[in-house]
Amino acid sequence: MAASEVDVFANEEKRNLELGGHVGFDSLPDQLVSKSVAQGFCFNILCVGETGIGKSTLMNTLFNTTFENEEASHYEHEVQLRPQTYDLQESNVNLKLTIVHTVGFGDQINKEESYKPILEYIDAQFESYLEEELKIKRSLFNYHDTRIHICLYFIAPNGHSLKSIDLVTMKKLDSKVNIIPVIAKADTVSKSELDKLKIKVMSELVSNGVQIYQFPTENEAVAEINSSMNTHLPFAVVGSIEDVKVGNKMVKARLYPWGSVQVENENHCDFVKLREMLLRVNMEDLREQTHARHYELYRRCKLEEMGFKDTGPDSQSFSLQETYEAKRKEFLVELQRKEEEMRQMFVNKVKETEAELKKKEKELHERFEQLKRMHQEEKKTLEEKRRELEEEMNAFNRRRVAAETLMGQALQGCSQQPFKKDKDKKNFFSLPSACSLTSGRNLN
Amino acid sequence: MTTSSRYKSRTPRSDYVGFATLPNQVHRKSVKKGFDFTLMVAGESGLGKSTLVNSLFLTDLHKDRKLLNAEERISQTVEITKHTVDIEEKGVKLKLTIVDTPGFGDAVNNTECWRPVTDYINLQFEQYFRDESGLNRKNIQDNRVHCCLYFIPPFGHGLRPVDIEFMKALQDKVNVVPLIAKADCLTPLEIKKLKERLREEIDKYGIKIYQFPDCDSDEDEEFKQQDRELKESTPFAVIGSNTVVEARGQRVRGRLYPWGIVEVENPSHCDFVKLRTMLIRTHMHDLKDITSDCHYENFRALCIQTMTSKMNADKRVESPIPILPLSTPDVETEKLIKMKDDEVSGCLKLNNALQQVLHNQDADVNR
Repeated sequence: MAASEVDVFANEEKRNLELGGHVGFDSLPDQLVSKSVAQGFCFNILCVGETGIGKSTLMNTLFNTTFENEEASHYEHEVQLRPQTYDLQESNVNLKLTIVHTVGFGDQINKEESYKPILEYIDAQFESYLEEELKIKRSLFNYHDTRIHICLYFIAPNGHSLKSIDLVTMKKLDSKVNIIPVIAKADTVSKSELDKLKIKVMSELVSNGVQIYQFPTENEAVAEINSSMNTHLPFAVVGSIEDVKVGNKMVKARLYPWGSVQVENENHCDFVKLREMLLRVNMEDLREQTHARHYELYRRCKLEEMGFKDTGPDSQSFSLQETYEAKRKEFLVELQRKEEEMRQMFVNKVKETEAELKKKEKELHERFEQLKRMHQEEKKTLEEKRRELEEEMNAFNRRRVAAETLMGQALQGCSQQPFKKDKDKKNFFSLPSACSLTSGRNLN
Repeated sequence: MTTSSRYKSRTPRSDYVGFATLPNQVHRKSVKKGFDFTLMVAGESGLGKSTLVNSLFLTDLHKDRKLLNAEERISQTVEITKHTVDIEEKGVKLKLTIVDTPGFGDAVNNTECWRPVTDYINLQFEQYFRDESGLNRKNIQDNRVHCCLYFIPPFGHGLRPVDIEFMKALQDKVNVVPLIAKADCLTPLEIKKLKERLREEIDKYGIKIYQFPDCDSDEDEEFKQQDRELKESTPFAVIGSNTVVEARGQRVRGRLYPWGIVEVENPSHCDFVKLRTMLIRTHMHDLKDITSDCHYENFRALCIQTMTSKMNADKRVESPIPILPLSTPDVETEKLIKMKDDEVSGCLKLNNALQQVLHNQDADVNR
């Protein structure tokens, strides 16, 4: 019963009520403002342009201060990004400003890879924010947000149109960051040339589908000024931090023999417009766009890559948590399976090597046996020979004895036959030497 | 006696022989013949090359030019275009040829983008060489490039890698004159710094640009001063314009800005006047001389050398000329042979060791 009541209330339409008096929640915006001011703001600018085109000077002029920046050389092998963070304060509002310069852009002979370091840097900032967001213990309000809010693309005023490298780079960056193109060193283009150049640049950007940042025109307070500024894009700027005396004032200007270009003079260049748009009117919108559009796009792509989906196959919405758990289980199962496989492999290998070793052992044994047998046989034959030899020796000894007795008999009748004695003696002397030789060999 | 008296009696009117009129004769002949000059301009698009040429020669050379869009230029190759005009001034005719290099440095990948340029220059040299060695040498057309104006953008801090590579590739083929383009974006101090930087880097990388010849010691002081100034202000920082504006009550050629008017011919605004003086009024002939005496002769010598070496390679048996010893290849092949020898001996040693081990094992088992 109670449940159905609750359902009925939830489905009712919202009603507008009139207030009977002043409640006071109209101070909510003020509370928000004071909280933000206490927290401080954070703004990140990326300056992309050729070496020496005036990026550092323009930053110095915009923020009316001198950021220390060493002159870059033309001979870098690839584009590098140098971020620097500064803390600025203006009438109790704190701004943490990060300026990222591209060093070596447009200097290489082969510029096909020039846009890659820039893209990687922007993605890296998004990645670290995403990581922080997905942490279990996170502190987003304390987190130093380094995502690039605005990219100022400096176009060299070559009189005709965009350069090919400019077009290629802007096309790659337009879906990742808010781009505002500016024409640098605008004191080299006369008024008529400038109008032509602006039209040409915008038409080229439009025809190639490059989406640059448009100042927002929904909010009535700023709609008018923003829409008029949109027609002046790209801004032609001149930067200078030197003070020159013009009339009886000291203004920021560049002094030439034929006159002086005043930075803050709207007839001379669009610097004031740029400052107005960038810092005074649309800074918050830029941050919002970065978070709501570019960062969300990046996050969506990244998560889809990792395999997360918003709706399942039976169009039931998955929560991130469930998907995460499911993925984790899958992963663990996979790990286990792999472990098993490896163990199996290991066991198999061990078995194999064991079998091999056993085989070798057997072989060795066999050989040993064989050799032993051979040894035995040889021994036997040797024994036999020895015996034969001994027999011969005995036989010989017997014959010797017989011969001696015969000699004794012969001696008795030896005076009649002296020649025979000599012959016998010779025979007798040669025989014993032969006997000793054989006996010597036998012992060995 | 009679001879000497004869000579003595004839009192000469003056010591004047009359060959001092030779220069006048040369002048007359050359006026009749006319001059020709080929100028090449090189540099990225949009640096003001065409405007400067128009300002230099006070004509409009590029009437209908097709400028490419950025996306078309992403993978553009360098072309060579030629415009020839005949201009006349006080009876002196000049056949001026401007060689343009559209597309140079415009593509995203500019490796070897100077190759079409060097090929073109070599082609002109080759053609002249062939004409010179031909039978009918009466009307040789001299299309050799006499001077190359190289435009350096003023937006950087000095020379860029592509600039260095281009000038190094061309320094032995043509007189290279580097210029700082669009100089109206630099204050005088910045111009001075940039010129010093460029001179330093040109020295550092050993790039041979066109050097002004020293003037003779018997020239007057003013000329020498001028010459010194000229030499100290290279590379020239130029601005070009074809539109006439009103400045200080006069009609001058210049560029109109909201903050002032840049006069092209004002020496305190830019070095255009110096460039014009150097290029046209004083050193045109010197440029032609150096091209034919120096660059062309180098090319010719190289050509002849390669031809004879090729001939020797073809008719090796018959030719009595000894073949030059090839030093570098032999050293390399020797090294290779030594390496291989070492490898083989190593392998053999290993083999022996293995055999020994096997033998020992067998012996152990036998026991």
